[in-house]
Amino acid sequence: MSSARPSKLSRSLTHFVLIVLAIVVLLPYAWLLVASLKSREDFFSGMFFPPGDGFLGISWESLTLSNYTTLMDMGFGRAAINSVFYASTSAVFATFICAATGYVLAKSKFRGRTFMTLVVLGSLIVPPTLLIAPSYELLFHLGLLDSVWGLLLPTFAPAFGVFLFRQAVQQSVPDELIEAARIDGCSEAGIFMVIVLPLIRPMIGAFLLITFLGMWNNFFSPQIVLQTASKQPLSVAISQLRGVYRTDYGLLMAATVVSIAPVAALFLVLQKQFISGLTSGAVKG
Amino acid sequence: MMSRLSTNKTVFAWAALTPFILLFSIFMVYPLIQSAFLALNQTYGPDTRLFVGTKNFELLVHDPVFWTAIKNTLIYSLGSLFIQLPLAFGLALVLNSRRLRGRSIYRLIFFSPQLMGLAFVAVLGALAFEKRAGLVNRTLAWIMQDASLLEIDWLQEYIMSTLILISLWLYVGFNMIYFLAALQNVNNSLLEAAEIDGAGPLNKLRHVIIPSVRPVATFVVLLSMIGSLQLFELPYILLNGNGGPNNKGLTIVMYLYQNGFELGDLGYASAVGWALALMLIVLALIQIRMVRKEEALR
Repeated sequence: MSSARPSKLSRSLTHFVLIVLAIVVLLPYAWLLVASLKSREDFFSGMFFPPGDGFLGISWESLTLSNYTTLMDMGFGRAAINSVFYASTSAVFATFICAATGYVLAKSKFRGRTFMTLVVLGSLIVPPTLLIAPSYELLFHLGLLDSVWGLLLPTFAPAFGVFLFRQAVQQSVPDELIEAARIDGCSEAGIFMVIVLPLIRPMIGAFLLITFLGMWNNFFSPQIVLQTASKQPLSVAISQLRGVYRTDYGLLMAATVVSIAPVAALFLVLQKQFISGLTSGAVKG
Repeated sequence: MMSRLSTNKTVFAWAALTPFILLFSIFMVYPLIQSAFLALNQTYGPDTRLFVGTKNFELLVHDPVFWTAIKNTLIYSLGSLFIQLPLAFGLALVLNSRRLRGRSIYRLIFFSPQLMGLAFVAVLGALAFEKRAGLVNRTLAWIMQDASLLEIDWLQEYIMSTLILISLWLYVGFNMIYFLAALQNVNNSLLEAAEIDGAGPLNKLRHVIIPSVRPVATFVVLLSMIGSLQLFELPYILLNGNGGPNNKGLTIVMYLYQNGFELGDLGYASAVGWALALMLIVLALIQIRMVRKEEALR
């Protein structure tokens, strides 16, 4: 930005500060990963690796996967499967429903369009805290408490998704293209599937990611809606694990690694979409 | 021909809208209307309602625990904000230099904690801030060479500081991304003009850079406030479901949760929800005005 070439000293000082900060951010991950491989006896020997006479003065052979196998024996794998199912179902349905609604609000002319757009936009400022108690009561009356659908259905129609897709369609789908397809005899559903969806692919990718991540990380809803242990996703299962095995550090570490590894892997593959998606999703307020 | 086309269009439009309209009405509009009525009732679990009028709100105003929760939540919000913002802005300034090597890697690293769900962060934080065994105390004791530092009781006695420290780890990198985007919009010719006029780096910062990122800064402030006023998962899991010693770590949403789902009074919980909603709506309205203003400027 500045045209004056920064001096060598200030450059290395900058890097020094950045590296220290990067270490502060990364250290918890490293500690987590290493400690999840330590047995209960080794936990207090050394902050990271247990000291010994192996390579680099580390006792490599005392590292173990036993925390992970114990977790699986305790049925934690079930929670992982639940999380995958909830997050992907919620992401796919929410994306499809919001894309269709956003497209119609952007391109179709019908009575009540302005009203509906205003209602959707207005609902963006409704604080979620207002809905907690009445939603619980509603799910009770619908018989959806402790049901997977009671958890999933409310996540299928997020208003901010409609807002984002309406904007995406307005920006990247020209009217002429839709008209041309219509004249060529393409059905309305065909136009949406074959012409509109491919044009808004970047938004679809970003929205799939943020809804997937949102559901994967959601703690509040499953904590309130679900009671049966075998239905719980990772977020609730891990907090219950901590409630019971507070001092079984290795086990809790392994559970955290299992919970964040899939998201970390996704992130490394799709960094760009993640950052643009998360910053756009946050605008919902 | 024309009329068949337009009926097709209408049929498709309504078919595409129906799922959203149904779900939105059931899970958004209906609970929203109910939240007004529910706040005027007392309940014992979700099946009973006893009309009490405005009693819930009268009780709330005189409820010392509620005020403790508000105080804690505000301490957390303002505390994390005032440390977070300068850090995020400073990092963005440093990372904005195009000559810096590895800036995309730094960006990635600083942003990464944002991906972790709050429940997972809470468990990791609980482990890291544990007495004796935790990473934080062990690092402190190692650096200062003082074993008594192993006994710092982050999770009970200093719960508020712990929450703020965790929030820094979580959100500084996230807010940095907004500032980085804002810095891209700083007018280069203005900077050059300032330089020709002999402005030093500090003056450039004060008179050119800060004024042009101010809208984004306001946006980030409001966004963080709206988020942090709803703090729940971190203290709930760190404190194992209660407010900690003397409710030191009780937040507004935790208090809502306790009343609604532990004591079963969804009415009182709704009243707490309305009190918080009021604060959030004010912030959201300011935010909308800001966005409008910015769009008008563009």
